[in-house]
Amino acid sequence: MNELSPTAFLIAAAVKVLAVFTALMVAIMYATWAERRLSAFIQDRLGPNRVGPFGLLQPIADGLKNIIKEETDPATASRFFFVLGPMLSIMPALVTFAVIPFAAPLPTPWGAVDMIVADLPVGVLYILAIGSLGVYGIFLGGWSSNNKYALLGGLRASAQMVSYEVGLGLSLIPVMMLAGNVTLTRMVADQQLGLWYILPLSLGFLLFLISAFAETNRLPFDMPEAESELVTGYHTEYSSMKFSMFFIAEYAHVITASALMATLFLGGWDIPFWSGDNFIPYEGGLISGFTAAGDPIPAQLSIWTTLLTLGAFMLKTAFFVVLYIWVRWTLPRFRYDQVMHLGWKVMLPTALAYVMLVGATILVLDQLGVSGGPGFALALTGVSLVATAMFALYLDRGRIITGAAPAGRAARPAPAAHP
Amino acid sequence: MELILFYVFAVTVVGGGIGVVASRNPVASLMFMVVSLASVAGIYVLLEAHFLAAIQVMVYAGAIMVLFLFVIMLLNLGHDYRDDLVRGLYAVCAFVVSGAICGILATRFGGAETSPLYESFPGAAAMDLELAERGAVSLIARPLFQEYVVPFEITGILLLVAVVGAVALAKKRV
Repeated sequence: MNELSPTAFLIAAAVKVLAVFTALMVAIMYATWAERRLSAFIQDRLGPNRVGPFGLLQPIADGLKNIIKEETDPATASRFFFVLGPMLSIMPALVTFAVIPFAAPLPTPWGAVDMIVADLPVGVLYILAIGSLGVYGIFLGGWSSNNKYALLGGLRASAQMVSYEVGLGLSLIPVMMLAGNVTLTRMVADQQLGLWYILPLSLGFLLFLISAFAETNRLPFDMPEAESELVTGYHTEYSSMKFSMFFIAEYAHVITASALMATLFLGGWDIPFWSGDNFIPYEGGLISGFTAAGDPIPAQLSIWTTLLTLGAFMLKTAFFVVLYIWVRWTLPRFRYDQVMHLGWKVMLPTALAYVMLVGATILVLDQLGVSGGPGFALALTGVSLVATAMFALYLDRGRIITGAAPAGRAARPAPAAHP
Repeated sequence: MELILFYVFAVTVVGGGIGVVASRNPVASLMFMVVSLASVAGIYVLLEAHFLAAIQVMVYAGAIMVLFLFVIMLLNLGHDYRDDLVRGLYAVCAFVVSGAICGILATRFGGAETSPLYESFPGAAAMDLELAERGAVSLIARPLFQEYVVPFEITGILLLVAVVGAVALAKKRV
């Protein structure tokens, strides 16, 4: 496939930006709908089912309601930052999506268009950089409201997000080591040829999952809101569309984090056990793999593969979105000191040790002459599984996996039977 | 296009800097500083130094400024800074010193365009090749972890000592 001309590239980029933004906004709408429906099912209710079939038009009704509602304007708030807060919180969640590849390249008459908004050479680092800006929106919202609950919520949010950023960044280092690159397109290509990273890096995935929950401020980490303690935390004083902006930001964060997990650990848009969707950048062209003799096989692009891979990507992302919702309505909230304890005393040392472990394993395997192929992947999978099992058992300490009640009963001697 | 973007970023860098010193509110100062630091990252991107730009945002705008935020929030919330501002002789001295620094920088870097270091660098072609093959991150990592690994690790130990010292100092007051 020939390269795009500069004009075609610009047009393609503009179209992609618009398409991704629109798709993301629609996805956010239906994430709120899914949240309300699923939470209802979990609590044995029906949820919103009046507006449209299955309540599918409910998000539109919500949006309209939020726009035409009266907006209260706290008199003692610092006006500029009060308006800036929601804007700053929505921006990082949306722009992170720019570096996530969402489908196989699309063949067009003007050349193959990469299905990614911006294939930055610093991929993952861009995500971490933008993610570190996410705290300002929530913090400014909390601070400028001039309300003690909002301020406490903002403070908690910034402390929590700073703490878990460390774990998030460190849990990504094994991924970068394994991929040997920081761009997400290369990571997807690497996972298409070998195993999905969730297997060789299972503990990294677990740490990333926990940190991502904390970064998005979702239950069990929703300290900044904590209705039972802080009214609603940082957005206590917000109403109407500004309040809604914070919610859109939260769901945008959830969807972006889900897409990231799908890309980093579940192979991105890769369809498993099918080599027809392999488009590996190789010597300036795209190939689908190698023949037995080691010759590259040129890849066949088609619009159907693009659509199929887009479907695979959306399915994987939706899986994580549902997981987010499921966890939110299943687990209770942490106490604040527990959040900090988990972040600094459990996640940080584990992530550091895991970086060392993966690095050492790769080095040893390299020295043994195994650098790639099934043996390499299986060895890493084994090592990671042992590490994950140890981590899970340590965190669990006989509470969840073994089950709380039986363990407690087994510890006590059985009461003597009365004759 | 690049020139226009450069001027946009340059104006926000300098404007942010002026905002930091001119605004009365410490949180506003801080946000101006974030704008300034983020715009420096934008200039890095124009220079195609993507890695530096990402690190600039991550470390300065993301981590250090959030810590500033904490310090402002926890120590000095609601404090009026008007009395802290110095006037008179101090202000004159400040103007003279900063003017002198500006003059030195202008005579050193103003005038004829200096040729970029990169073009006269002997290994530039090899570096371009490696950049295309392995990406900027590994290009930066290699000298850091091979040739200069000892100074690099010593810097790490220096930072560790600073952290331990900070904890020790903070503990004493509790």
